[in-house]
Amino acid sequence: MSEWRKPVPRVDAESKPFWEACRRHELYLQRCRACQEFYYYPRNTCPYCLGSDVEWVRLSGRGTVYTFTVTYQHGGEGFRDEVPFVIAYVELEGTGGVKMLTNVVECDPAQVRIGMPVEVTFRDVNDELAIPVFRPRGE
Amino acid sequence: MHFSRQAAIVGVHEHETRWAPDKTDFQLAAESARAALADAGLTLKDVDGYFVAGVSGMAPALMCEHLNIRPKVVDSTSIGGTSFLAHAAHAASAIATGRCEVALITYGSTAASRGVAVGTGGRAGYEIPEQYELPYGLTTVAAYALCAQRHMHEFGTTSEQLAEIAVTFRRHASLNPHAKYREPITVEDVLASRMISSPLHLLDCCIISDGAGAVVMTSAARARDCAKPPVWLLGAGETVFHPEAGKRDFMRMAASQTGPIALGQAGVRLEDIDLCMIYDSFTITVLMTLENLGFCKIGEGGAFVSGGRLALDGELPTNTDGGGLSSNHPGMRGIFLIIEATRQLRGECGPRQVPNCRLALAHGTGGTLGTRHGGVTLILGRD
Ligand SMILES: [Zn+2]
Repeated sequence: MSEWRKPVPRVDAESKPFWEACRRHELYLQRCRACQEFYYYPRNTCPYCLGSDVEWVRLSGRGTVYTFTVTYQHGGEGFRDEVPFVIAYVELEGTGGVKMLTNVVECDPAQVRIGMPVEVTFRDVNDELAIPVFRPRGE
Repeated sequence: MHFSRQAAIVGVHEHETRWAPDKTDFQLAAESARAALADAGLTLKDVDGYFVAGVSGMAPALMCEHLNIRPKVVDSTSIGGTSFLAHAAHAASAIATGRCEVALITYGSTAASRGVAVGTGGRAGYEIPEQYELPYGLTTVAAYALCAQRHMHEFGTTSEQLAEIAVTFRRHASLNPHAKYREPITVEDVLASRMISSPLHLLDCCIISDGAGAVVMTSAARARDCAKPPVWLLGAGETVFHPEAGKRDFMRMAASQTGPIALGQAGVRLEDIDLCMIYDSFTITVLMTLENLGFCKIGEGGAFVSGGRLALDGELPTNTDGGGLSSNHPGMRGIFLIIEATRQLRGECGPRQVPNCRLALAHGTGGTLGTRHGGVTLILGRD
Protein backbone atom coordinates (compact mmCIF):
# COMPACT_ATOMS: atom_id res chain seq x y z
CA MET A 1 0.00 0.00 0.00
CA SER A 2 1.58 3.30 -1.10
CA GLU A 3 1.32 6.28 1.19
CA TRP A 4 -2.02 8.13 0.87
CA ARG A 5 -1.35 11.86 0.54
CA LYS A 6 -4.81 13.10 -0.47
CA PRO A 7 -7.42 14.31 2.03
CA VAL A 8 -8.84 11.49 4.14
CA PRO A 9 -12.59 11.34 4.84
CA ARG A 10 -13.38 12.53 8.33
CA VAL A 11 -15.64 9.69 9.42
CA ASP A 12 -18.58 10.68 11.64
CA ALA A 13 -21.48 8.94 13.37
CA GLU A 14 -23.67 9.07 10.27
CA SER A 15 -21.03 8.14 7.70
CA LYS A 16 -19.42 5.29 9.66
CA PRO A 17 -21.44 2.42 8.11
CA PHE A 18 -20.75 3.74 4.61
CA TRP A 19 -17.00 3.90 5.18
CA GLU A 20 -16.94 0.56 7.01
CA ALA A 21 -18.57 -1.06 3.97
CA CYS A 22 -16.01 0.62 1.73
CA ARG A 23 -13.23 -0.84 3.86
CA ARG A 24 -14.70 -4.30 2.98
CA HIS A 25 -14.80 -3.12 -0.67
CA GLU A 26 -18.59 -3.02 -0.73
CA LEU A 27 -20.74 -0.08 -1.79
CA TYR A 28 -23.80 0.58 0.37
CA LEU A 29 -26.37 3.36 0.15
CA GLN A 30 -29.25 4.27 2.42
CA ARG A 31 -32.91 3.96 1.41
CA CYS A 32 -35.92 5.25 3.33
CA ARG A 33 -38.39 2.48 4.09
CA ALA A 34 -41.27 4.95 4.07
CA CYS A 35 -40.37 6.86 0.88
CA GLN A 36 -38.55 3.98 -0.84
CA GLU A 37 -36.04 6.57 -2.09
CA PHE A 38 -32.31 6.00 -2.24
CA TYR A 39 -30.16 8.99 -1.37
CA TYR A 40 -26.54 10.12 -1.13
CA TYR A 41 -24.60 11.32 0.85
CA PRO A 42 -25.40 9.15 3.90
CA ARG A 43 -27.49 10.62 6.72
CA ASN A 44 -29.71 9.03 9.36
CA THR A 45 -32.76 11.20 8.71
CA CYS A 46 -34.38 10.75 5.31
CA PRO A 47 -33.91 13.88 3.14
CA TYR A 48 -37.45 13.41 1.79
CA CYS A 49 -39.49 12.89 5.00
CA LEU A 50 -37.01 13.46 7.87
CA GLY A 51 -37.92 10.00 9.17
CA SER A 52 -35.40 7.70 10.85
CA ASP A 53 -36.68 4.46 9.36
CA VAL A 54 -33.84 4.08 6.89
CA GLU A 55 -31.94 0.95 5.80
CA TRP A 56 -28.55 0.21 4.30
CA VAL A 57 -28.69 -1.55 0.92
CA ARG A 58 -25.76 -3.06 -0.94
CA LEU A 59 -25.47 -1.82 -4.53
CA SER A 60 -24.26 -3.73 -7.58
CA GLY A 61 -21.44 -1.24 -7.88
CA ARG A 62 -22.25 -0.67 -11.54
CA GLY A 63 -23.02 2.75 -12.94
CA THR A 64 -22.66 5.11 -15.87
CA VAL A 65 -20.77 8.38 -16.17
CA TYR A 66 -23.28 11.27 -15.85
CA THR A 67 -20.64 13.95 -16.36
CA PHE A 68 -16.88 14.32 -15.91
CA THR A 69 -13.95 16.70 -16.12
CA VAL A 70 -10.27 16.04 -16.76
CA THR A 71 -8.38 18.18 -14.26
CA TYR A 72 -5.00 19.45 -15.46
CA GLN A 73 -4.19 21.89 -12.66
CA HIS A 74 -4.43 21.11 -8.96
CA GLY A 75 -2.49 22.62 -6.09
CA GLY A 76 -3.49 20.02 -3.50
CA GLU A 77 -1.18 17.51 -1.89
CA GLY A 78 -1.53 14.11 -3.53
CA PHE A 79 -3.27 15.53 -6.62
CA ARG A 80 -0.52 17.83 -7.87
CA ASP A 81 1.56 14.94 -9.18
CA GLU A 82 -1.41 12.96 -10.50
CA VAL A 83 -2.72 15.40 -13.11
CA PRO A 84 -4.37 14.91 -15.49
CA PHE A 85 -7.00 12.90 -13.62
CA VAL A 86 -10.75 12.43 -14.00
CA ILE A 87 -13.42 13.73 -11.60
CA ALA A 88 -16.92 12.50 -12.41
CA TYR A 89 -20.48 12.12 -11.29
CA VAL A 90 -21.47 8.47 -11.71
CA GLU A 91 -25.13 7.52 -11.80
CA LEU A 92 -25.50 4.41 -9.64
CA GLU A 93 -27.41 1.40 -11.00
CA GLY A 94 -30.56 0.42 -9.10
CA THR A 95 -30.88 3.67 -7.13
CA GLY A 96 -33.42 5.57 -9.20
CA GLY A 97 -30.81 7.94 -10.53
CA VAL A 98 -28.60 8.81 -7.57
CA LYS A 99 -25.34 10.41 -8.69
CA MET A 100 -22.11 10.14 -6.73
CA LEU A 101 -19.01 12.31 -7.05
CA THR A 102 -15.94 10.16 -7.66
CA ASN A 103 -12.85 9.57 -9.79
CA VAL A 104 -12.76 7.44 -12.93
CA VAL A 105 -9.52 5.44 -12.88
CA GLU A 106 -7.63 2.71 -14.72
CA CYS A 107 -8.13 4.29 -18.12
CA ASP A 108 -6.73 7.06 -20.32
CA PRO A 109 -8.60 10.27 -19.35
CA ALA A 110 -9.10 10.91 -23.08
CA GLN A 111 -11.26 7.75 -23.28
CA VAL A 112 -13.82 8.86 -20.70
CA ARG A 113 -17.26 9.70 -22.12
CA ILE A 114 -20.65 10.61 -20.68
CA GLY A 115 -22.75 7.44 -20.63
CA MET A 116 -19.70 5.20 -20.29
CA PRO A 117 -20.40 2.05 -18.24
CA VAL A 118 -18.27 1.88 -15.10
CA GLU A 119 -17.98 -0.26 -11.97
CA VAL A 120 -16.81 0.48 -8.47
CA THR A 121 -13.33 -0.37 -7.27
CA PHE A 122 -11.58 0.77 -4.12
CA ARG A 123 -8.40 2.59 -3.21
CA ASP A 124 -7.12 1.54 0.21
CA VAL A 125 -6.03 4.49 2.33
CA ASN A 126 -4.93 2.33 5.27
CA ASP A 127 -6.28 -0.69 7.18
CA GLU A 128 -9.30 1.33 8.31
CA LEU A 129 -10.34 3.21 5.19
CA ALA A 130 -10.90 2.72 1.47
CA ILE A 131 -12.22 5.21 -1.11
CA PRO A 132 -14.74 4.09 -3.75
CA VAL A 133 -13.72 5.03 -7.30
CA PHE A 134 -14.90 3.74 -10.67
CA ARG A 135 -13.26 2.05 -13.65
CA PRO A 136 -14.56 1.16 -17.13
CA ARG A 137 -16.56 -2.08 -17.48
CA GLY A 138 -17.96 -3.96 -20.48
CA GLU A 139 -21.57 -3.19 -21.51
CA MET B 1 -43.99 41.79 -0.51
CA HIS B 2 -43.11 44.59 -2.89
CA PHE B 3 -40.21 46.77 -1.91
CA SER B 4 -42.00 49.46 -3.95
CA ARG B 5 -39.23 52.00 -3.67
CA GLN B 6 -38.85 51.76 0.08
CA ALA B 7 -35.07 51.28 -0.01
CA ALA B 8 -32.49 52.80 -2.30
CA ILE B 9 -28.80 52.45 -3.05
CA VAL B 10 -27.40 55.93 -2.49
CA GLY B 11 -23.66 55.38 -2.26
CA VAL B 12 -21.24 53.01 -4.00
CA HIS B 13 -17.52 52.64 -4.38
CA GLU B 14 -15.37 50.11 -6.15
CA HIS B 15 -11.80 50.29 -4.93
CA GLU B 16 -9.42 51.12 -7.77
CA THR B 17 -6.80 48.61 -6.62
CA ARG B 18 -6.23 45.22 -8.17
CA TRP B 19 -2.95 44.60 -6.33
CA ALA B 20 -2.46 45.82 -2.76
CA PRO B 21 0.31 43.88 -1.01
CA ASP B 22 0.87 46.83 1.35
CA LYS B 23 -2.72 46.86 2.65
CA THR B 24 -4.96 44.59 4.71
CA ASP B 25 -8.40 43.27 3.78
CA PHE B 26 -9.92 45.40 6.55
CA GLN B 27 -8.13 48.52 5.32
CA LEU B 28 -9.43 48.03 1.78
CA ALA B 29 -12.96 47.59 3.15
CA ALA B 30 -12.66 50.69 5.34
CA GLU B 31 -11.32 52.82 2.49
CA SER B 32 -14.22 51.65 0.34
CA ALA B 33 -16.73 52.45 3.10
CA ARG B 34 -15.31 55.96 3.41
CA ALA B 35 -15.65 56.57 -0.33
CA ALA B 36 -19.15 55.04 -0.62
CA LEU B 37 -20.43 57.16 2.31
CA ALA B 38 -18.90 60.26 0.70
CA ASP B 39 -20.60 59.29 -2.57
CA ALA B 40 -23.92 59.27 -0.69
CA GLY B 41 -23.22 62.48 1.21
CA LEU B 42 -23.42 60.55 4.48
CA THR B 43 -20.91 59.82 7.24
CA LEU B 44 -19.96 56.85 9.38
CA LYS B 45 -22.13 58.27 12.19
CA ASP B 46 -25.22 57.76 10.02
CA VAL B 47 -24.63 54.01 9.65
CA ASP B 48 -27.01 51.90 11.76
CA GLY B 49 -27.02 48.67 9.74
CA TYR B 50 -23.92 46.69 8.76
CA PHE B 51 -23.54 43.76 6.37
CA VAL B 52 -20.37 41.81 5.62
CA ALA B 53 -19.04 38.62 4.04
CA GLY B 54 -15.57 37.36 3.25
CA VAL B 55 -14.38 37.81 6.82
CA SER B 56 -14.01 34.61 8.83
CA GLY B 57 -15.11 34.05 12.40
CA MET B 58 -17.41 36.57 14.09
CA ALA B 59 -17.36 38.79 11.01
CA PRO B 60 -19.75 41.62 11.96
CA ALA B 61 -18.11 42.03 15.37
CA LEU B 62 -14.63 42.09 13.88
CA MET B 63 -15.50 44.60 11.18
CA CYS B 64 -17.67 46.79 13.42
CA GLU B 65 -14.73 46.92 15.80
CA HIS B 66 -12.44 47.95 12.95
CA LEU B 67 -14.86 50.63 11.74
CA ASN B 68 -15.77 51.50 15.35
CA ILE B 69 -19.55 51.39 14.86
CA ARG B 70 -22.41 49.89 16.90
CA PRO B 71 -25.22 49.29 14.38
CA LYS B 72 -28.78 48.17 15.16
CA VAL B 73 -28.80 45.45 12.51
CA VAL B 74 -25.92 43.15 11.52
CA ASP B 75 -25.85 40.32 8.99
CA SER B 76 -23.05 38.12 7.70
CA THR B 77 -25.06 35.77 5.50
CA SER B 78 -22.40 33.73 3.75
CA ILE B 79 -23.46 31.94 0.55
CA GLY B 80 -20.32 32.42 -1.49
CA GLY B 81 -19.43 35.31 -3.75
CA THR B 82 -23.07 36.31 -4.17
CA SER B 83 -23.46 37.02 -0.43
CA PHE B 84 -23.46 40.81 -0.94
CA LEU B 85 -26.55 40.63 -3.14
CA ALA B 86 -28.32 38.82 -0.31
CA HIS B 87 -27.10 41.56 2.03
CA ALA B 88 -28.67 44.22 -0.21
CA ALA B 89 -31.98 42.34 -0.10
CA HIS B 90 -31.78 41.93 3.69
CA ALA B 91 -30.81 45.58 4.11
CA ALA B 92 -33.85 46.63 2.05
CA SER B 93 -36.12 44.56 4.31
CA ALA B 94 -34.50 45.99 7.45
CA ILE B 95 -34.91 49.53 6.10
CA ALA B 96 -38.50 48.90 4.97
CA THR B 97 -39.46 47.65 8.42
CA GLY B 98 -37.66 50.49 10.19
CA ARG B 99 -35.06 48.30 11.91
CA CYS B 100 -32.32 50.48 10.48
CA GLU B 101 -32.11 53.54 8.27
CA VAL B 102 -28.61 53.61 6.75
CA ALA B 103 -27.11 50.26 5.81
CA LEU B 104 -23.45 49.76 4.90
CA ILE B 105 -22.22 46.69 2.99
CA THR B 106 -18.45 46.17 2.70
CA TYR B 107 -15.94 43.79 1.17
CA GLY B 108 -12.16 43.78 0.99
CA SER B 109 -9.71 41.10 -0.11
CA THR B 110 -6.02 40.76 -0.87
CA ALA B 111 -6.44 37.28 -2.38
CA ALA B 112 -4.03 37.95 -5.25
CA SER B 113 -1.17 39.52 -3.33
CA ARG B 114 -1.43 36.78 -0.68
CA GLY B 115 -1.17 34.17 -3.47
CA VAL B 116 -4.49 32.41 -2.84
CA ALA B 117 -5.26 29.79 -5.54
CA VAL B 118 -8.97 30.56 -5.51
CA GLY B 119 -10.03 28.07 -8.16
CA THR B 120 -7.44 25.32 -8.14
CA GLY B 121 -6.07 25.08 -4.60
CA GLY B 122 -6.79 22.24 -2.25
CA ARG B 123 -9.65 23.25 0.03
CA ALA B 124 -9.04 23.61 3.74
CA GLY B 125 -12.58 23.41 5.13
CA TYR B 126 -14.13 20.12 6.15
CA GLU B 127 -17.89 20.25 6.37
CA ILE B 128 -19.85 16.99 6.64
CA PRO B 129 -20.61 16.58 2.89
CA GLU B 130 -17.00 17.32 1.99
CA GLN B 131 -15.80 13.92 3.20
CA TYR B 132 -17.45 12.63 0.00
CA GLU B 133 -15.80 15.28 -2.18
CA LEU B 134 -12.33 16.26 -0.97
CA PRO B 135 -10.76 12.79 -1.41
CA TYR B 136 -11.56 13.08 -5.14
CA GLY B 137 -9.76 16.39 -5.62
CA LEU B 138 -12.78 18.50 -6.52
CA THR B 139 -11.62 22.08 -7.15
CA THR B 140 -13.87 25.07 -7.78
CA VAL B 141 -13.00 25.03 -11.48
CA ALA B 142 -13.67 21.29 -11.70
CA ALA B 143 -17.08 21.66 -10.08
CA TYR B 144 -18.15 24.18 -12.73
CA ALA B 145 -16.48 22.13 -15.46
CA LEU B 146 -18.70 19.15 -14.55
CA CYS B 147 -21.74 21.28 -15.45
CA ALA B 148 -20.09 22.63 -18.60
CA GLN B 149 -19.30 19.12 -19.85
CA ARG B 150 -22.86 17.95 -19.24
CA HIS B 151 -24.22 21.06 -20.97
CA MET B 152 -22.12 20.33 -24.05
CA HIS B 153 -23.27 16.71 -24.03
CA GLU B 154 -26.99 17.45 -23.68
CA PHE B 155 -27.25 20.52 -25.88
CA GLY B 156 -24.21 20.62 -28.18
CA THR B 157 -22.84 23.79 -26.61
CA THR B 158 -19.35 24.54 -27.92
CA SER B 159 -16.11 25.91 -26.51
CA GLU B 160 -16.32 28.66 -29.15
CA GLN B 161 -19.66 29.81 -27.74
CA LEU B 162 -18.26 29.90 -24.21
CA ALA B 163 -15.19 31.74 -25.49
CA GLU B 164 -17.28 34.51 -27.00
CA ILE B 165 -18.41 35.44 -23.48
CA ALA B 166 -14.80 35.94 -22.36
CA VAL B 167 -13.97 37.87 -25.53
CA THR B 168 -16.96 40.21 -25.07
CA PHE B 169 -16.20 40.97 -21.43
CA ARG B 170 -12.55 41.64 -22.28
CA ARG B 171 -13.70 44.20 -24.84
CA HIS B 172 -15.77 45.83 -22.07
CA ALA B 173 -12.73 45.76 -19.76
CA SER B 174 -10.73 47.67 -22.38
CA LEU B 175 -13.13 50.58 -21.68
CA ASN B 176 -12.68 50.32 -17.90
CA PRO B 177 -9.50 52.11 -16.77
CA HIS B 178 -9.37 50.08 -13.53
CA ALA B 179 -9.77 46.61 -15.11
CA LYS B 180 -6.86 44.26 -14.47
CA TYR B 181 -6.75 42.87 -18.04
CA ARG B 182 -7.57 45.29 -20.86
CA GLU B 183 -5.82 43.85 -23.95
CA PRO B 184 -8.39 42.45 -26.40
CA ILE B 185 -8.51 38.67 -26.87
CA THR B 186 -10.00 36.47 -29.57
CA VAL B 187 -11.98 33.22 -29.51
CA GLU B 188 -8.80 31.54 -30.76
CA ASP B 189 -6.86 32.94 -27.78
CA VAL B 190 -9.37 31.41 -25.38
CA LEU B 191 -9.27 28.02 -27.09
CA ALA B 192 -5.46 28.09 -27.22
CA SER B 193 -5.11 28.94 -23.53
CA ARG B 194 -4.19 25.93 -21.41
CA MET B 195 -6.87 23.56 -20.21
CA ILE B 196 -7.46 23.88 -16.46
CA SER B 197 -10.28 21.37 -16.05
CA SER B 198 -11.94 20.24 -19.27
CA PRO B 199 -13.80 21.79 -21.00
CA LEU B 200 -12.75 25.02 -19.22
CA HIS B 201 -9.58 26.75 -20.44
CA LEU B 202 -7.60 29.33 -18.49
CA LEU B 203 -9.44 32.18 -20.25
CA ASP B 204 -12.82 30.60 -19.40
CA CYS B 205 -11.93 31.24 -15.74
CA CYS B 206 -12.21 34.44 -13.74
CA ILE B 207 -8.98 36.16 -12.86
CA ILE B 208 -7.55 36.50 -9.35
CA SER B 209 -7.04 40.07 -8.12
CA ASP B 210 -7.12 42.08 -4.96
CA GLY B 211 -10.14 44.32 -4.59
CA ALA B 212 -12.76 45.91 -2.41
CA GLY B 213 -16.05 47.72 -2.51
CA ALA B 214 -18.84 49.22 -0.46
CA VAL B 215 -22.52 49.98 -0.90
CA VAL B 216 -24.71 52.35 1.14
CA MET B 217 -28.50 51.95 1.22
CA THR B 218 -31.17 54.02 2.91
CA SER B 219 -34.89 54.74 3.14
CA ALA B 220 -36.90 56.64 0.54
CA ALA B 221 -37.24 59.60 2.89
CA ARG B 222 -33.53 59.78 3.66
CA ALA B 223 -32.56 59.15 0.01
CA ARG B 224 -34.04 62.52 -0.98
CA ASP B 225 -31.30 64.28 0.99
CA CYS B 226 -28.43 62.25 -0.44
CA ALA B 227 -25.86 63.55 -2.87
CA LYS B 228 -26.67 61.21 -5.77
CA PRO B 229 -30.00 60.17 -7.32
CA PRO B 230 -31.41 56.98 -5.72
CA VAL B 231 -31.18 53.56 -7.34
CA TRP B 232 -34.14 51.56 -6.08
CA LEU B 233 -34.03 47.93 -5.08
CA LEU B 234 -37.26 46.87 -6.79
CA GLY B 235 -37.14 43.12 -6.31
CA ALA B 236 -34.99 40.35 -4.85
CA GLY B 237 -34.91 36.58 -4.79
CA GLU B 238 -32.43 34.33 -2.97
CA THR B 239 -31.91 30.64 -2.42
CA VAL B 240 -29.34 27.87 -2.22
CA PHE B 241 -29.18 24.88 -4.58
CA HIS B 242 -27.31 21.65 -3.79
CA PRO B 243 -27.06 18.06 -5.05
CA GLU B 244 -30.56 17.22 -3.71
CA ALA B 245 -29.53 13.94 -2.11
CA GLY B 246 -27.98 12.80 -5.38
CA LYS B 247 -30.91 13.52 -7.71
CA ARG B 248 -30.38 17.08 -8.86
CA ASP B 249 -30.69 18.06 -12.50
CA PHE B 250 -27.35 19.84 -12.81
CA MET B 251 -28.59 22.04 -15.65
CA ARG B 252 -30.91 23.82 -13.20
CA MET B 253 -29.43 26.44 -10.94
CA ALA B 254 -30.64 28.79 -8.23
CA ALA B 255 -31.33 31.50 -10.83
CA SER B 256 -34.31 29.50 -12.12
CA GLN B 257 -36.01 30.09 -8.78
CA THR B 258 -34.73 33.54 -7.80
CA GLY B 259 -35.14 35.24 -11.19
CA PRO B 260 -38.93 34.92 -11.45
CA ILE B 261 -39.35 35.91 -7.78
CA ALA B 262 -37.27 39.08 -8.19
CA LEU B 263 -38.94 40.05 -11.47
CA GLY B 264 -42.37 39.40 -9.98
CA GLN B 265 -41.67 41.62 -6.98
CA ALA B 266 -40.45 44.39 -9.25
CA GLY B 267 -43.40 43.93 -11.59
CA VAL B 268 -41.16 43.90 -14.65
CA ARG B 269 -40.33 41.41 -17.41
CA LEU B 270 -37.00 40.21 -18.79
CA GLU B 271 -37.71 42.19 -21.98
CA ASP B 272 -37.61 45.38 -19.90
CA ILE B 273 -34.02 44.82 -18.67
CA ASP B 274 -31.45 47.27 -20.09
CA LEU B 275 -28.35 45.82 -18.38
CA CYS B 276 -27.37 42.47 -16.91
CA MET B 277 -24.66 42.05 -14.30
CA ILE B 278 -24.06 38.28 -14.09
CA TYR B 279 -21.54 36.65 -11.76
CA ASP B 280 -18.95 35.35 -14.23
CA SER B 281 -16.82 33.00 -12.17
CA PHE B 282 -16.50 31.04 -15.40
CA THR B 283 -17.90 31.47 -18.91
CA ILE B 284 -20.30 28.57 -18.30
CA THR B 285 -21.72 30.38 -15.26
CA VAL B 286 -22.90 33.26 -17.47
CA LEU B 287 -24.39 31.00 -20.13
CA MET B 288 -26.29 28.85 -17.64
CA THR B 289 -27.42 31.83 -15.55
CA LEU B 290 -28.97 33.52 -18.59
CA GLU B 291 -30.80 30.28 -19.41
CA ASN B 292 -31.97 29.74 -15.87
CA LEU B 293 -33.18 33.34 -15.55
CA GLY B 294 -35.31 32.65 -18.63
CA PHE B 295 -33.63 34.87 -21.24
CA CYS B 296 -33.64 31.73 -23.39
CA LYS B 297 -34.62 28.10 -22.90
CA ILE B 298 -32.31 25.77 -21.02
CA GLY B 299 -29.99 24.36 -23.67
CA GLU B 300 -30.21 27.39 -25.96
CA GLY B 301 -27.63 29.49 -24.13
CA GLY B 302 -24.87 28.75 -26.63
CA ALA B 303 -26.79 30.34 -29.47
CA PHE B 304 -28.05 33.12 -27.18
CA VAL B 305 -24.59 34.38 -26.21
CA SER B 306 -23.37 34.27 -29.84
CA GLY B 307 -23.34 37.11 -32.33
CA GLY B 308 -22.44 39.82 -29.87
CA ARG B 309 -25.72 39.82 -27.93
CA LEU B 310 -23.97 40.49 -24.59
CA ALA B 311 -21.78 43.31 -25.95
CA LEU B 312 -22.19 46.95 -24.99
CA ASP B 313 -23.87 47.60 -28.34
CA GLY B 314 -25.76 44.29 -28.33
CA GLU B 315 -29.34 43.44 -27.38
CA LEU B 316 -28.47 42.62 -23.78
CA PRO B 317 -25.39 44.49 -22.55
CA THR B 318 -23.83 42.33 -19.82
CA ASN B 319 -20.91 42.83 -17.44
CA THR B 320 -19.98 46.23 -18.84
CA ASP B 321 -17.10 46.57 -16.33
CA GLY B 322 -15.32 43.55 -17.78
CA GLY B 323 -16.59 41.20 -15.09
CA GLY B 324 -14.60 38.74 -13.06
CA LEU B 325 -13.19 37.35 -16.27
CA SER B 326 -11.23 40.57 -16.93
CA SER B 327 -11.75 43.38 -14.39
CA ASN B 328 -11.44 42.00 -10.87
CA HIS B 329 -12.14 38.88 -8.83
CA PRO B 330 -10.74 38.87 -5.31
CA GLY B 331 -12.52 35.61 -4.42
CA MET B 332 -16.02 37.08 -4.02
CA ARG B 333 -17.36 39.44 -6.66
CA GLY B 334 -21.03 39.97 -5.79
CA ILE B 335 -20.61 43.51 -4.48
CA PHE B 336 -19.16 44.66 -7.81
CA LEU B 337 -22.33 43.59 -9.63
CA ILE B 338 -24.33 46.01 -7.47
CA ILE B 339 -21.77 48.80 -7.86
CA GLU B 340 -21.54 48.64 -11.67
CA ALA B 341 -25.33 48.34 -12.03
CA THR B 342 -25.79 51.40 -9.81
CA ARG B 343 -23.25 53.44 -11.73
CA GLN B 344 -24.81 52.44 -15.06
CA LEU B 345 -28.28 53.42 -13.80
CA ARG B 346 -26.86 56.79 -12.71
CA GLY B 347 -25.22 57.25 -16.12
CA GLU B 348 -21.70 57.52 -14.68
CA CYS B 349 -19.92 54.96 -16.86
CA GLY B 350 -18.36 57.14 -19.56
CA PRO B 351 -17.19 55.21 -22.62
CA ARG B 352 -18.82 51.99 -21.38
CA GLN B 353 -22.18 53.62 -20.54
CA VAL B 354 -25.29 51.76 -21.68
CA PRO B 355 -27.45 54.48 -23.30
CA ASN B 356 -30.60 55.33 -21.32
CA CYS B 357 -30.07 52.54 -18.79
CA ARG B 358 -33.21 52.45 -16.63
CA LEU B 359 -33.54 48.90 -15.35
CA ALA B 360 -30.79 46.45 -14.39
CA LEU B 361 -30.77 42.81 -13.34
CA ALA B 362 -27.91 41.55 -11.18
CA HIS B 363 -27.51 37.85 -10.48
CA GLY B 364 -24.83 36.33 -8.32
CA THR B 365 -23.87 32.67 -8.10
CA GLY B 366 -21.63 31.79 -5.16
CA GLY B 367 -20.04 28.53 -4.09
CA THR B 368 -19.81 25.90 -6.82
CA LEU B 369 -22.33 25.00 -9.48
CA GLY B 370 -21.42 21.30 -9.43
CA THR B 371 -22.08 20.90 -5.69
CA ARG B 372 -23.81 23.63 -3.66
CA HIS B 373 -24.29 27.25 -4.58
CA GLY B 374 -26.07 30.36 -3.39
CA GLY B 375 -28.01 32.40 -5.93
CA VAL B 376 -29.45 35.89 -5.59
CA THR B 377 -31.23 38.03 -8.18
CA LEU B 378 -31.73 41.77 -7.70
CA ILE B 379 -33.76 44.12 -9.88
CA LEU B 380 -32.50 47.69 -9.67
CA GLY B 381 -34.04 50.78 -11.24
CA ARG B 382 -33.69 54.53 -11.33
CA ASP B 383 -36.45 57.13 -11.09
ZN1 LIG C 1 -38.38 9.17 3.79
